[in-house]
Amino acid sequence: MDLSSINPILLLASLMVAATPILLAAIGELVVERAGVLNLGVEGMMITGAVCGFMVAVSTGSPWLGFIGAAVGGAILALLFGILTQVLLSNQVATGLALTLFGLGLSALMGQNYIGMKAPSFPDWHIPLFGDIPIIGPIVFQHDPMVYVGLILVAAAWWFLHKTRAGLVLRAVGENHDAAHALGYKVVRVRILAIMFGGACAGLGGAYLSLVRVPQWTEGMTAGAGWIALAIVVFAGWKPWRLVLGAYLFGGVTVLQLNLQAAGLAIPVEYLSMSPYLATIVVLVIMSAGRAPGSLGRIFHASR
Amino acid sequence: MTIKSILAGATLALGVASGAMADSHQTKVGFVFVGPVGDGGWTYEHNQGRLAVEAEFGDAVETVFVESVPEGPDAERVMTQMALGGADLIFTTSFGYMDPTMNVAAKFPDVKFEHATGFKRADNVSTYSARFYEGRAVQGLIAGSMTKSNIVGYIGSFPIPEVIRGINSAYIQAKAVNPDVEFKIVWAYTWFDPAKEAEAATVLIEQGADVILQHTDSTAPQAAAQAAGNVVTFGQASDMAEFGPFPRVSSIIDNWSPYYIARTKAVMDGTWTSTDTWDGIGAGMVGIGDITDAVPSDVKAAAEALRDSLADGSYHAFTGPVNKQDGSAWLADGETADDGTLAGMNFYVEGITGDIPQ
Amino acid sequence: MIQLEKRPEPSRAWAFATPLLAVLLTMLFGGMLFALLGKNPVETIRTIFLDPLFSEFAWYYRPQLLVKGAPLVLIAIGLSFGFRAGIWNIGAEGQYIVGAICGAGVGLAFYPMDLRLIFPLMVIAGAIGGTLWAMIPGLLRVKFGTNEILVSLMLVYVAEQLLASMALGTMRNPDGMGFPGSRNLAQYPSAANLELIAGSGMHWGVVAAFIAVIFAYITLSRHIFGFQVRLSGQGPRAAVFAGVNPNRMILICLGISGALAGMAGLFEVAGPAGQISIDFNVGYGFTAIIVAFLGRLHPIGILLAGGLMALTYIGGEIAQSNLGLPGAAIQLLQGMLLFFLLAVDLLTNYRIKFKTGEAV
Repeated sequence: MDLSSINPILLLASLMVAATPILLAAIGELVVERAGVLNLGVEGMMITGAVCGFMVAVSTGSPWLGFIGAAVGGAILALLFGILTQVLLSNQVATGLALTLFGLGLSALMGQNYIGMKAPSFPDWHIPLFGDIPIIGPIVFQHDPMVYVGLILVAAAWWFLHKTRAGLVLRAVGENHDAAHALGYKVVRVRILAIMFGGACAGLGGAYLSLVRVPQWTEGMTAGAGWIALAIVVFAGWKPWRLVLGAYLFGGVTVLQLNLQAAGLAIPVEYLSMSPYLATIVVLVIMSAGRAPGSLGRIFHASR
Repeated sequence: MTIKSILAGATLALGVASGAMADSHQTKVGFVFVGPVGDGGWTYEHNQGRLAVEAEFGDAVETVFVESVPEGPDAERVMTQMALGGADLIFTTSFGYMDPTMNVAAKFPDVKFEHATGFKRADNVSTYSARFYEGRAVQGLIAGSMTKSNIVGYIGSFPIPEVIRGINSAYIQAKAVNPDVEFKIVWAYTWFDPAKEAEAATVLIEQGADVILQHTDSTAPQAAAQAAGNVVTFGQASDMAEFGPFPRVSSIIDNWSPYYIARTKAVMDGTWTSTDTWDGIGAGMVGIGDITDAVPSDVKAAAEALRDSLADGSYHAFTGPVNKQDGSAWLADGETADDGTLAGMNFYVEGITGDIPQ
Repeated sequence: MIQLEKRPEPSRAWAFATPLLAVLLTMLFGGMLFALLGKNPVETIRTIFLDPLFSEFAWYYRPQLLVKGAPLVLIAIGLSFGFRAGIWNIGAEGQYIVGAICGAGVGLAFYPMDLRLIFPLMVIAGAIGGTLWAMIPGLLRVKFGTNEILVSLMLVYVAEQLLASMALGTMRNPDGMGFPGSRNLAQYPSAANLELIAGSGMHWGVVAAFIAVIFAYITLSRHIFGFQVRLSGQGPRAAVFAGVNPNRMILICLGISGALAGMAGLFEVAGPAGQISIDFNVGYGFTAIIVAFLGRLHPIGILLAGGLMALTYIGGEIAQSNLGLPGAAIQLLQGMLLFFLLAVDLLTNYRIKFKTGEAV
């Protein structure tokens, strides 16, 4: 065993990249859940975003347009969920699971002719000045732009939820939809917009895999990342900043266990592979979990 | 024989009869796939083989397939359904289909079955597999020659004989050209998770590996190597030429087409018999993708020479003297490994550090 | 303007009519999808929905509906208790895996002994394994207030790693030439869960599923526990006033779902699947959540929903093989079917009114 071969600077740097897809998907789901809606279809929206982003990027040659396409694709699929749960008042858990099934099928059909192609390249940004700072530079300032987009979205979500009037309305809707309705807020409209935002973010997360991480389209390529994103939201106690912590912690344990394997640590591999999930449970028990939004998952019907 | 089993036999016989009636002059070939045909790897290549059969025989053959079939009762049902539907030949393309294939084959003695990567055979069940380790040997030679850090990273899926054989084969050749070479092995413990494969590749690169061998099918490690800039990779399952000429300098390509065409032909001619096929580079089942100019010309020449000697059988990838990891003798000087030991290989050869997860 | 008015009581007529309406809508839109894919819509719909029941080979497919549907129904019945009480166990897949590992472990430990007792012991071990796995989120929830959705979900991944480890190490078949996977329990008579009547598809898991449906029906409609479950779902506070201990309720509901999922795993590993292998689990635990909701959390509804899901799986395979339909199209169709079933449920609980003026 040679632990000295693990370079903490590089480890932290690769962590930021590894955590980005789940962070992107999770920030969207966090806003959705703060509006009182539980959408378990993150995996389906991610994979749809992955294929939409890939198709747009390949046909236009621009990864940026690809990401926009991914966000639009994810949002459209989310709108389907929004109409079902908000207008037709269907059960959110079941609808979310159905959305995942639907998204996996839809993406596979859409991507049939894109297998084996390569996405246009999406170079890293070497941020001038900051990128040259020793230690911090390579960790924080030498990544591809979407890593920063993810962090900016987290900051923006925090600012929106806590510093704007619209964010206050959204939280009120999530805490007690009947009271919010009585105050004259459009509960259904707020929720559908939140759901579409969630879908767009999930789409970005999926496209990060198909355009940057892999970068290729293959069926089922999100391989469960959407479920992890859901877990991270609960883990973070519905607080944006803790979301970053959760995503980095989860990604960190994953990267660390691979590092330990490569360094030849004599711990059975299956236990190392379990460790990210066990760590999530342990930390969740230690940290007092946040309180869920009061109306989370409940059906709203404006009866009078 | 109980009344129950007689009844079952009767109903099945009825089914076989009506299945046979549905048969026309066309030969019907079924394929059971474990993943989606769009996985870009294992199942994708089997499906290319199916398409090659269609292209070869045209209207004389009808092919059918079902994708993403879980191992177990679902596989058994899909095979039965194909047999009932009049299939003459069924390829079952995953190790986990072994017992289901045997069960269904016992009920349909007139239908021929071909099971990939297994070891159970019957009068109407053949097995076939590819000697991918021959390709690994060529990769090992290039890897050992090209590494500057003397660290070669290896991404394994699960510690099964197929993967362990590949690691050993690559290591033996790498060690032969570079005595200082060291293999770092990471097990992903998944068949398919591109994000995790990317992370595994990144970790290996950070720990000093400048050559990455992968036994997982996604292109994620290629992308990680490309981002690192100075890391060599090899395509896996498909050519992955889009990452050439660098970092991808060569590849192992699964090529099932010749075998599928030959076996279909045998059924059409009535010459099909139960066989155990384990073909390598020579028969074309294992393709070595174009070795790019990023490889120094002397290394390229050596790799091509190794490829050719493996192909014509003048050299075996496991030729002694080779010891096991614990130092005990395995192959004496000039001795070559027998197929039985290779098929169930569950030990590392001498020089590889670390334990196989059990 | 269209307005929704909540019915005082769910409409019985619509409760029966909506599933049929949903299936018809799925056939209509599914047919359009298949036409877009260049297939004959009528033939494809017929293949998926009718061929497993009425085709030339239906004698083979009908029993298969039981084999495919039984684990779904068994798990979904267990989940329905918790879902009614507002306890969200979405980790049935993990409990299914651990139940299979524990049950198979007992069977393999006795190999090659010939004892009638072995199979019953395996069933008990499977139930205990599933229960214990479900107790982890249960106890963490009760002791520390930890969210059970997250913990049960995380434990699915842990169980999958455990399964791989068992298939590659502890339980690997010593006669398997070094390949992963345990001995085939279906070929070990004392441990095998074989068909009770050959060609019928009936194995002990199917029997257990039917018993579970009856048991759940009686419990929910006739027993005080069923009343307490419903009360807990309506509001924890009301339940406490009625004398329900919420912590006990959590543990019991998770225990029931864990036990049934564990048993489903055992019946599967000892019979249809035969062995512990890396890819033993095929998502029954997740699909069962959908089945539970499709069945409106009602035992009879779950039975029918399980059958319907099994039908689309089997019909989907036939359509792939006979008509060359891509597997993804089947997934899409299943998603659509669920969407329509969930959407038209509106008609059961709400009355649609057409009014003029006065927007909502």
